[in-house]
Amino acid sequence: MFTSITRMSTSFRIGLLAVISLIAAIPAYPQQTGTSQAASGQSDNAALQQKIRDLEDRLIALEGQVRLLKSQAASPTTPSAATTETAAQAVPAAPTTAAPLSQAQAISLGGAGGSAAKALNPDISAIGDFIAVAGHNPVQPSPSLEMHESELGFQAIIDPYARGDFFLSFGEEGVNLEEGYITFTALPAGFVAKVGKMRSAFGKVNTMHNHVLPWVDRPLVTNNLVGGEDGLDDAGVSVEHIIPAPKGIFLEATGQLFRGDSGDAQHPLFRASTKSDVSAVAHLRTYKDITESTNVDIGFSYGRGHNDAGSNFLTQLYGIDATLRWKPLRRSIYHSFVGRGEFIWSQRQQPPFEQRAFGFYTSADYQLGRRWFLGGRYDHSDRSEFANLTDQGASAVLTYWPSEFSQVRGQYRFTHYAGNIDTHELLMQVQFSLGAHGAHPF
Amino acid sequence: MKITQNCSRFLLLVIILGFAMWAVLLPPAAQAKKLNVVTSTTDMAALTQEVGGDKISVESIAKGYQDPHFVEAKPSFLLKLRQADLLISVGLQLEIGWLPPLITQCGNPKIQVGAPGYLDASQFAEILEIPTGTVTRAMGDVHPLGNPHYWLDPDNGRRIARGIANKLAEMDANDSAYFQQQFQDFDKRLTAAEQKWDQEMQPYHGRKVVTYHRSFPNFAKHFDLDVIGYVEPRPGIPPTPSHTIELIQLMKRENCKVVLVEPYFDLKTPQSIGQATGAQVIVYLPSVGGEKQVTNYFQLFDYDIALLIKAFNATK
Repeated sequence: MFTSITRMSTSFRIGLLAVISLIAAIPAYPQQTGTSQAASGQSDNAALQQKIRDLEDRLIALEGQVRLLKSQAASPTTPSAATTETAAQAVPAAPTTAAPLSQAQAISLGGAGGSAAKALNPDISAIGDFIAVAGHNPVQPSPSLEMHESELGFQAIIDPYARGDFFLSFGEEGVNLEEGYITFTALPAGFVAKVGKMRSAFGKVNTMHNHVLPWVDRPLVTNNLVGGEDGLDDAGVSVEHIIPAPKGIFLEATGQLFRGDSGDAQHPLFRASTKSDVSAVAHLRTYKDITESTNVDIGFSYGRGHNDAGSNFLTQLYGIDATLRWKPLRRSIYHSFVGRGEFIWSQRQQPPFEQRAFGFYTSADYQLGRRWFLGGRYDHSDRSEFANLTDQGASAVLTYWPSEFSQVRGQYRFTHYAGNIDTHELLMQVQFSLGAHGAHPF
Repeated sequence: MKITQNCSRFLLLVIILGFAMWAVLLPPAAQAKKLNVVTSTTDMAALTQEVGGDKISVESIAKGYQDPHFVEAKPSFLLKLRQADLLISVGLQLEIGWLPPLITQCGNPKIQVGAPGYLDASQFAEILEIPTGTVTRAMGDVHPLGNPHYWLDPDNGRRIARGIANKLAEMDANDSAYFQQQFQDFDKRLTAAEQKWDQEMQPYHGRKVVTYHRSFPNFAKHFDLDVIGYVEPRPGIPPTPSHTIELIQLMKRENCKVVLVEPYFDLKTPQSIGQATGAQVIVYLPSVGGEKQVTNYFQLFDYDIALLIKAFNATK
């Protein structure tokens, strides 16, 4: 692969040189003949100009081909990151060591250099998430200063049939494979399948990585009923399909099957005591554009698995999520609004008897300007193991984006825990992203 | 115990069977005779329409008055992509924030990157502002492969149209003569229009302008205008007071009297620059469909050139 590309670009270079020298030679020609015969000279001139234009076109087409070849080599399919650059300055056949960085070597993102050995490296990104907390919270204490998470992402197209995504999160205690899965993009009949470890499609917040949350923390209902920060995140198989629906409605069904271990240590959600204790999640998403700037997104989720009380004890989760988005297209980078809510019912079998808990959050985020966002959230949730205990809370959030690649956020959080414990906390967060340009969250 | 186990197995079976039934019973998508083309932006759609004529249907994901860097990856776009035979993108990382997830999720093998139904139009065009030396994000949201706003040069329009015509001919061999004919026709009309535009812009060669974003280099190169600065201090970074002051001084020094703003940017800073320098602030269209009356590639240049000439004349 490497050698063939090098050979390709070398032959292109020769071709380019030939074309360039031709173009360079042409202007000299009319000077010699031009003056003597004015009339025929003019038509000659026009013909020559046409010729130059044609040559220019061919040169540009060649440049384009080289660019394409190179970017394909760099990341076989995505037009993203880790790419060397363009046309005329081809990659040196042998890596030059002592020489100053040549263009081809220098132009790179995500850590991959110009050397073709690195050309097939995945898009690499790192996202840092720093959190500082002030205020006393006896129920869910957080450290004062914390490098909460460092997420490493590796993403690439695997072959013509699939792409792969890895997200490793380094917390304060250790490393966790947050997600690592292959997505089969070329299945028949419009199916898309994922195999690996992934955040399950239960609702909205559960699918989100920390850095795309509109808040510093996760809602109380996530902590109490859906396995906390790690959430419903497990090894398994996911199949999704878009169902044809009338009137421009987008309808998508997702079915997922997991081993049956989810949630973090403090909030075990599902626990597989035997091999047959698998868990399953189903999600139906409906989406409709109301106008070009406004849309509604409603989802229904069901989750089912065995809990830490033993193989005989099931936890079932039912969820409804609703999102209303507004973003005027002409001023899309300045103003937007997102209102969301998730309502979750948990049915947990445990001795002596089943606990039925309910929880929800509602939130609104308004974009004040190109860099400023203001938001609020209301929380209300029973606890899954003690459904008669209810926590409530409210937050106000202000976010500032110096650029697309960094973010500073402040959140004031008031929580009224069951047992009349009131807490007031101030959370500050700094997030920053390195490397490949990721997709914008939607 | 047995019952719950059986129950979970049964559920599993139902889910798997359900999906299998679905796959089998689903009617195969009706094979439309027309090639169904989806483009990321309106300009690619306009050029595709020129060469595809009535043998294709074409639709753009982004609107012409929308910032093409920040299109949202709405699920409704998946419905369009699902039906597409050919996806044409601008490339050079213009759509990096939104097109890749759409392609992954749409479940259409035909238009996956690298498949025959995926066409990156940047390969046909002359690309400017390819960064040299080290690229870092300290330069703002730079495009390491070069400036992706390349379609505003009629010569590039011709090259892209030729590339698209060849692609269409390759995908629909029966109509390949038709597509070539359509391209020849477009080429003729474009050459005539280009002569007219060149003539109209002739008196203004070398005029200095400022643009908001770096979306103008190909137009400026073709019509020999001089872009001396940008309202954005760096690509993708909103204007800062210090940069604005520097820009005003530069414009005064260079006697630059025109500020061009894309339709999706705020006019506040450009207008204050206009007041300080006596420059005309005009909202030019980088894309077809930026205004209702601009529905094709020719009208795009007609509109922008008329606007520029008016501004140049007003600021003699």
